[in-house]
Amino acid sequence: MPETKTEISEQTVWMLAVRDRKDREAFGALFDHFAPRLKGFIMRTGCSGAQAEEIVQDVMLTVWRKASMFDPHRAQVSAWIYQIARNRHIDIIRKESRPVPEELAEDPDAEPDASQILAVEQEAGKLKDALSSLRPEQREMIEKAYLGELTHQEISTQTGLPLGTIKSRIRLGLERLRHELKGLRE
Amino acid sequence: MTAITHHIPDAMLAAYAAGNLPHHFAVAVASHVSLCAHCRAALEAHQAMGGALLEASGSVAVSGSMKADLLAQLDAPATPEPDYTRRGIYPGPVVAALKGQDPKWKTLGMGVRQSILSQDRNGSVRLLYIPGGQAVPDHGHNGLEMTLVLQGSFSDDTGRFGVGDIEIANQDLEHTPIADPGDACICLAATDAPLRFNAFIPRLLQPLFRI
Repeated sequence: MPETKTEISEQTVWMLAVRDRKDREAFGALFDHFAPRLKGFIMRTGCSGAQAEEIVQDVMLTVWRKASMFDPHRAQVSAWIYQIARNRHIDIIRKESRPVPEELAEDPDAEPDASQILAVEQEAGKLKDALSSLRPEQREMIEKAYLGELTHQEISTQTGLPLGTIKSRIRLGLERLRHELKGLRE
Repeated sequence: MTAITHHIPDAMLAAYAAGNLPHHFAVAVASHVSLCAHCRAALEAHQAMGGALLEASGSVAVSGSMKADLLAQLDAPATPEPDYTRRGIYPGPVVAALKGQDPKWKTLGMGVRQSILSQDRNGSVRLLYIPGGQAVPDHGHNGLEMTLVLQGSFSDDTGRFGVGDIEIANQDLEHTPIADPGDACICLAATDAPLRFNAFIPRLLQPLFRI
C-alpha cells in the first residue's frame, strides 16, 4: 500500500500563490521547476534549443497571465501547463489560433476543497508510476502521441493507459465547479 | 434539455489535446467539449497524462538570462485577446470561428441553409440549417465528418442526435439524416473532404455550392 499523501504538492502551492496573490517568488519557483522540463519536452519534437526557449518563454508568460483559470480541483499544475505548452507551440509554429473550449473559471472566493485537490494529485501520481513501469518502446509511443506525433487513427490502435480513475476524479471537480457557478448566478 | 449521449472517441480527444487534430475537427471537438462535462473530464484526463510525461521528461538547462528576462516582462501590458463566449445556441469556439459576427446563411434549396466558417484544401467547417422534418440530402463521405447538434435534433440509421450530441461518420456510412419535426435543426459540420451528394444537387455543381 503506497503512502497516502496528506499535503498538497509544492507546485500547486506555488501556482495558487501566483493565481491568488500574483506572487513573483512563487512564479520564480515554478519557472525553476518547469522551464528546463518544458525545454526538454519541446526539444523532443525536433525543435532547436533556441526555438524551444522561445516557446518556453511564451508558455511561462501565459501561465502568469492566465493564472486565474487554474483550478486544482480538476488539474495538476503539470497537466495545466502541458496544455498551454501544446497550444502555444502549435500557435507559434503554425501561426494560427487553436480552437479551445470555453473556459470554466473557479469562483475566486470559493473555499478550496483539500481532499479533492489531493485526490487529483494522487491519481496523477499513479499515472506517473504507471508510465515508469512501461517498456521503453511503449513509453516512447505514448510520448509521441502526447507530443502530437501520432494521428488519432494511430493512437486508437495503441493500447490505452488506465485513465479511468483520474477521469472520475476530474468529473467530481467539474461537478463541484458547476455547483459553485450555479450558486454565483442565484 | 436531454442528456448528451453521443460523445467523442478517446483517441480523438488525445489527438486534440496533443494538437494533432486538423483545424476543422478541432473546432468541432472544442465546441462539443464546451457543452459536454463527460468529454471535458476525459480531455482533462489526457492533459493529466501529458502533464505526467512533462514531469518525467528530461530537463535541459535554460540560458542564464532567461528567468530575469521573463520576470522583467511580467508587468508589461498584454494585448487583450478577444473573449469569445457562448452566444445563444453557439458555444464559444463557434463564436470565435464566426469572429463574434452572426452566421452568414446561404440558401442551398429546399429550405436548407449553410454558413461556411472556414475551408481550405484540408476540409471545411460550417453551420447547417435544416428545417424540421426535412431530410439532409442523402450523401456519403470521402473522408471523416463530425456533426455537432446545436439546436433541434436529427435522426438517421444509427440513432437520434439532440443538442450537444456529436455524430462521427466515416466513408463507410451512407446515411440519410432527417431533422426531427419541430424546430429547425442547426448543426456544426466539420469534414476533411468535400461531401458527395447522391441526389439533390448534381455532383457537377458541388464546387459551386461548396458542399
